[in-house]
Amino acid sequence: MSSAIIVGGGIVGCAVALELAQAGVQVTLIERDCLGSGATAAGMGHIVVMDEGEAQLKLTLYGQQLWQTLTAAHPQRHEYHECGTLWVATDAEEWQLVAEKAAVYRQHLIPCEILDAAALYAHEPALRAGLVGGLLVPNDSVVYPPKSAVYLWQQAEKHAAKLVYGEVRSIQANAVQLSDGRQLHADAIVIANGQRCIELLPELPIRAKRGQLVITERYPNLIKHQLVELSYIKNAHASSGDSVAFNLQPRPNGQLLIGSSRQFDRTDRQIDQQLLSTMLRKAIDYVPALADVRCLRTWTGVRAASPDGLPLIGQHPEQAGLWLNVGHEGLGITTALSSARLLADQMLHRPAALDLQPYLPRGLQQEQR
Amino acid sequence: MSLNLVIVGAGPAGLAAAWSASQSKANVTLIDQYDQAGGQIWRGGTHAAPKRYQHLFAQQTELRYLNKTHVIGANADHLFLATPNGPQQLAFDRVILANGARELFLPFPGWTLPKVLGVGGLQALVKGGLPIAGKNVVVAGSGPLLVAVASQLKQRGAIVKAVVEQAPLGQLLRFGRSLAGYPSKIGQAAQSIAMLRNTPFYPNTWVVAAEGAGAVQQVRLSNHHSIECDYLACSWSLIANTELAQQLGCKLEHSFVLVDRGQQTSVNHIYAAGELTGIGGEDKAIVEGQIAGFAATGNYQAASQLAHKQAQARQFSQQLATSFALRPELRQLAQANTLVCRCEDVTFEQLQNQPSWRSAKLQTRCGMGVCQGRVCSSATQYLFGWGQDSVRFPIHPVSVADLVMESV
Ligand SMILES: Cc1cc2nc3c(=O)[nH]c(=O)nc-3n(C[C@H](O)[C@H](O)[C@H](O)COP(=O)(O)OP(=O)(O)OC[C@H]3O[C@@H](n4cnc5c(N)ncnc54)[C@H](O)[C@@H]3O)c2cc1C
Ligand SMILES: Cc1cc2nc3c(=O)[nH]c(=O)nc-3n(C[C@H](O)[C@H](O)[C@H](O)COP(=O)(O)OP(=O)(O)OC[C@H]3O[C@@H](n4cnc5c(N)ncnc54)[C@H](O)[C@@H]3O)c2cc1C
Repeated sequence: MSSAIIVGGGIVGCAVALELAQAGVQVTLIERDCLGSGATAAGMGHIVVMDEGEAQLKLTLYGQQLWQTLTAAHPQRHEYHECGTLWVATDAEEWQLVAEKAAVYRQHLIPCEILDAAALYAHEPALRAGLVGGLLVPNDSVVYPPKSAVYLWQQAEKHAAKLVYGEVRSIQANAVQLSDGRQLHADAIVIANGQRCIELLPELPIRAKRGQLVITERYPNLIKHQLVELSYIKNAHASSGDSVAFNLQPRPNGQLLIGSSRQFDRTDRQIDQQLLSTMLRKAIDYVPALADVRCLRTWTGVRAASPDGLPLIGQHPEQAGLWLNVGHEGLGITTALSSARLLADQMLHRPAALDLQPYLPRGLQQEQR
Repeated sequence: MSLNLVIVGAGPAGLAAAWSASQSKANVTLIDQYDQAGGQIWRGGTHAAPKRYQHLFAQQTELRYLNKTHVIGANADHLFLATPNGPQQLAFDRVILANGARELFLPFPGWTLPKVLGVGGLQALVKGGLPIAGKNVVVAGSGPLLVAVASQLKQRGAIVKAVVEQAPLGQLLRFGRSLAGYPSKIGQAAQSIAMLRNTPFYPNTWVVAAEGAGAVQQVRLSNHHSIECDYLACSWSLIANTELAQQLGCKLEHSFVLVDRGQQTSVNHIYAAGELTGIGGEDKAIVEGQIAGFAATGNYQAASQLAHKQAQARQFSQQLATSFALRPELRQLAQANTLVCRCEDVTFEQLQNQPSWRSAKLQTRCGMGVCQGRVCSSATQYLFGWGQDSVRFPIHPVSVADLVMESV
């Protein structure tokens, strides 16, 4: 394989571009809007090790390690900030989860610290009274994803990668057709256009999960860590209906990012006021001082969700030369670098650091063909 | 059940709309973010408003007036409000948007110095009590607002050192001659000009830089004059506050809300009037407001009787736009290190190589700060020819608590 076309210049497409270009592949990246403008611009940019199953934990941990390497030289170019995650427990049941979560992390040698109530308030005095404790995971961090996407692209460009602005309309064997009529050819085609992958390949088992976020003015001293409720996974990953979970991020410049919500099958940009209210009521419940914090704006973004929550990384089961890196749900910033590495390993016949099986493309819908 | 009509903005256009809507049995709610009604020109002095609107200030009608209330967003059938008593959702059958315009600021070296203000900004401060007597002021930019405000400042004792207008003299003279068709304008213009008898007026000239330690002390002009001053008041043009209209899905044309002869926008039941549909001042705001108020309440007969006045007002608006069109040299004023976005400290140089407004926002945070691009997005549109991005909720910053609506 000597040439590749990558469809989509989000964080994932840019990461794949760098992996392939570095290995000497002639890369063409195609983007319909501007680099990093899709889900990559909408997300929170939390680089977080998530433990909803072994495969997810390994992919996010590997991703985090690659992020640490990538950002080491110029952390400020990514607005990289190692604020850590503090998982907050509200009751005995969640306190039990703290212990279980800590056990899993320790088993994978991930540093973490169990905080009792007193330690919790010492770390985060703005949390409301009556909480029972939490789990601090100090290596988790935040980045500003659109900048990182462009950074990755600029590195790829140094290895002769080319950027084409245009919208891919359809995929043929070793070629893509753009909406303006242009046709581009390459040995391999990589689909990395996020949630819109189903417009090109309707058989992919990807559903839209819309989220809403709020950004505030600057409050540099209110919180120090990214605060997440312990029931996050339970609340965030219901398989139907609307849900909200408390997720509050301190940006390095003092702004706060308030999340999070999930709505299936919506891709429009109209704010759902009711869901926004529910989400913010919850945030105020955890951090009462938020009530008086001034909001600059809200926005929506769309996650691309697979049925099991894991991305699809590898060759299309029925089309040789067509490769996928899609379905990152709410973790695609964290998993961009690890998934790009695992995809390049497959395309270039290199050994991979992880067992690839759980991530290989799967679950294609036959009847939609 | 009577029709629920909501009017956003209690300036001339909104008040005129409220007046004509109140001729029918509609249930009218008028909203303004300020305490007092009146908008840019009538606020702070009801005597300035034509008689037949004065009762609206006094709130003697059936009209419900929600003051100190910001409309922060909208969907297909509700407006979202930030009121002094917390957030509120207001259901509507029809909306008349009459929420006016703001000043366009273009970046030039020194434009962020203290005491460099908008022309309307300085006007408002002076109305609000800022002592201006004996102060040296340069009024610069473009449009009739310069002369109007300069004469008001002079009346209050300011020393207006110069009025600096970028439009060429020929264009200004042609505009002056065209005023013959608008008797009411002649009177205003003549008054202002008489007031400014001994004030230097430089056409075909613009500010190249404002200089000073700590605050502006001197202004350099394109005609190589330098003028010492205590204040520089600048206004390049007015731009419509289209955010709410955009959130409602109304089509824009050249950055103004597109309306038909009944002032209806591209969206059914949503009307727009005044500066929002094209800069044309008080007369245009009043006639458009009246038509919108009639049309929105089904009083088409009354609306159509104003068609001639409306056509005249729109023609005047066109003339304003062509006479005071901004010259291309103004795009060259900003230097590499001149701030374009003062909220996030983004310089001209950082923006120069960005492919689009969206990319500029994502990569430099231009327009992402406290003002949410209200200042710099129009400037970059002019400087780089960039289009606009989608409008985000809320259109004014509010507290988190103000976004928590009671269940619908
Ligand atoms: C509200 C929210 C919060 C999130 N928070 C986090 C978080 O804290 N941590 C985390 O790790 N992840 C988070 N995520 C997830 C993360 O943002 C996404 O998984 C990630 O950005 C996906 O990147 P991508 O490159 O696959 O897709 P995208 O960023 O959507 O990129 C796809 C690109 O392809 C382009 N494109 C689409 N179709 C075409 C076409 N036909 N032709 C050409 N170009 C095309 C688009 O314009 C776009 O630029 C969050 C997501 C959301 C919505
Ligand atoms: C800074 C400035 C100074 C001006 N000075 C003069 C002058 O001296 N002489 C002159 O002839 N013309 C002046 N004008 C022109 C003026 O706009 C028109 O003459 C006239 O006021 C237009 O009337 P309007 O009703 O369209 O808008 P406006 O008078 O601007 O009224 C709009 C109203 O809507 C309200 N509003 C806006 N957004 C919201 C919201 N989201 N929620 C609630 N309320 C909202 C505002 O508070 C305002 O009261 C000035 C314009 C500007 C921008």
